[in-house]
Amino acid sequence: MQRPVLEVKNLAVEFGAGAGRVRAVDDVSFEVNPGETLAIVGESGSGKSVTALSLLRLVPTPPGRFCSGEILFEGEDLLKASDAAIRSIRGNRIAMIFQEPMSSLNPALTVGLQIAEPLHLHGRLPWAKAFGKARDLLSRVRIPDAARRVNTHPHQFSGGMRQRAMIAMALACKPNLIIADEPTTALDVTVQAQILSLLKDLTRETNAALILITHDLGVVARYADRVCVMYAGRVVESGSAQDIYANPRHPYTLGLMASIPRLDQDAVDRLTPIDGQPPDLAALPRGCAFEPRCRYAMDRCREERPTLAHEGGRHYRACFANVAC
Amino acid sequence: MAGADPVLRVRDLKVHFPVHDGVLFRRQTGSVKAVDGVSFDVGRSETLGLVGESGCGKSTTGLAILRMTPLTEGRIEFEGQDISSFSVGRMRPLRKRLQMVYQDPYGSLNPRMKVGDLIGEPLVIHGVAGDQDAYRARIQELLRLVGLRPEMAERYPHEFSGGQRQRISIARAVALNPTLVLCDEPVSALDVSIQAQVINLFQELQERLGLSYLFIAHDLAVVRHVSHRIAVMYLGRIVEIAPRDLLYRAPLHPYTRGLLAAAPLPDPSAERNRAHEEIVGEPPSVVNPPSGCHFHPRCPMAMAVCAQRAPELAATANGHAVACHLHDPSRASGLA
Repeated sequence: MQRPVLEVKNLAVEFGAGAGRVRAVDDVSFEVNPGETLAIVGESGSGKSVTALSLLRLVPTPPGRFCSGEILFEGEDLLKASDAAIRSIRGNRIAMIFQEPMSSLNPALTVGLQIAEPLHLHGRLPWAKAFGKARDLLSRVRIPDAARRVNTHPHQFSGGMRQRAMIAMALACKPNLIIADEPTTALDVTVQAQILSLLKDLTRETNAALILITHDLGVVARYADRVCVMYAGRVVESGSAQDIYANPRHPYTLGLMASIPRLDQDAVDRLTPIDGQPPDLAALPRGCAFEPRCRYAMDRCREERPTLAHEGGRHYRACFANVAC
Repeated sequence: MAGADPVLRVRDLKVHFPVHDGVLFRRQTGSVKAVDGVSFDVGRSETLGLVGESGCGKSTTGLAILRMTPLTEGRIEFEGQDISSFSVGRMRPLRKRLQMVYQDPYGSLNPRMKVGDLIGEPLVIHGVAGDQDAYRARIQELLRLVGLRPEMAERYPHEFSGGQRQRISIARAVALNPTLVLCDEPVSALDVSIQAQVINLFQELQERLGLSYLFIAHDLAVVRHVSHRIAVMYLGRIVEIAPRDLLYRAPLHPYTRGLLAAAPLPDPSAERNRAHEEIVGEPPSVVNPPSGCHFHPRCPMAMAVCAQRAPELAATANGHAVACHLHDPSRASGLA
């Protein structure tokens, strides 16, 4: 058994105060091993992005607040680390890729300079050397004509090339962990396939762990080894991609799988939606947050909040009901 | 098939936007051919899906049909009437029968109006609201029709979730009993679990009210689920159009094939065994599109002729038409 790169234990993050207090992430635990791709799936408000931001302490405090938990990166608790220590990890040993590449790139600086920056700051390479390395990285993310492109500005790049540049930047310092938050949501489907394959190939080469935050069940199926399904700030089910897709055990996961139109099956007359509305985080029920929309709900679900329990193998779920697939 | 008496008939539609240069002496230096010769029909109670990536002209096609953007060329007939040259004023009476639902349920509802008034507004504008009781009864009926509770008429849009707001937009669109509803990415802003609810609502309303839809979207699985026929657009042109099952089972155009291969399937074992043939590159700029077939620089099957001449959209069989030199009947017979 190899040691996980990252272990998150009972993480809880809150925003606001008083009646408007919202627990965006509640008792979340997971781990990622080297070379592994973990997908965190969920809908808006599920806490998947706040979880991702928390890992690098990018949640602004205040209004955010880390209530409890540990984020152990290579054994060191990032929640207890000093600001200087966190800065030396960000973009160095843990890299992050965001959804909108244009707003993550500085429009006034050349792409090459932005890729060279972490190499100069973290890797202590002299600028000239860092620039040379930036050019190599650009060609590694398969940007044609990298020698010229390295001196151009982000607005001269297409959406897909910008995301490639972000990947080059993320890879610059050979991180052990890459966190990608909806990295292809803003891109067209043909470009999405290219970018995700590239990311997957490059992490495989370097044996880096990848945490992929997404709402797209197709993307998860194609690229993830393991999956955490989040709902209303909690992990409701986790397991291997195979477990989650072939044998979903939480009513929410089952509902999600049934509600999407599928290209790989014969067309159906009607989809089977999950009834009801998304949860209001400021007014969650006492019991299970999914209970109001759950077709398996029992009395116990209204009173008590289920916690993750072992289902066999590496498969876990938080549910009292006996769910038949 | 759209049948002999289509609700909407679009012929050789072109929407070109001028590109200007210079600050003091502005002059036209070119044009963006957002829509460049598009033809299709939408039949009664039929859903025609219009798919393509960003910049392919699918939304501009929709705007042109609504007469919200000027046409450069071509003909649009709605219920047999040529509306190609209609002004905003002349379009107004037609709006009763030609309605739309947009992507963003947050941006398309006035936050200061109560939901009841939002839904009733089209009735008032077209002078069919009747007296207070009839007006109120119609609003309640519409709310029920889209799966909302009648008492919700007194609330404001911000009190509703995205899916509920989209239901309000749909109630507004069907308030005047339209024949055709143009839907531009109507579910792409919604969460997965809510998408299915709204898609089902579209289908129920079609069955109950006999609506026709022009359903513009980028999600291939959603489009397949709701559409009877589907047109695939690339850089301002339709590259393939076919009945639903034919398009997905036997796509002919290399771009359609590439799109389908790029869409990830929600099944890890199927994905592991699937060959991932990627379309290389990105959609080129509409300002300066490639010569001949616009897709040729990215096409794995490109031939010399593809760079020289744009292929015509030609019917193959069973309502299937494709614009590709590989499937050009004259070329095939020439080779034989």
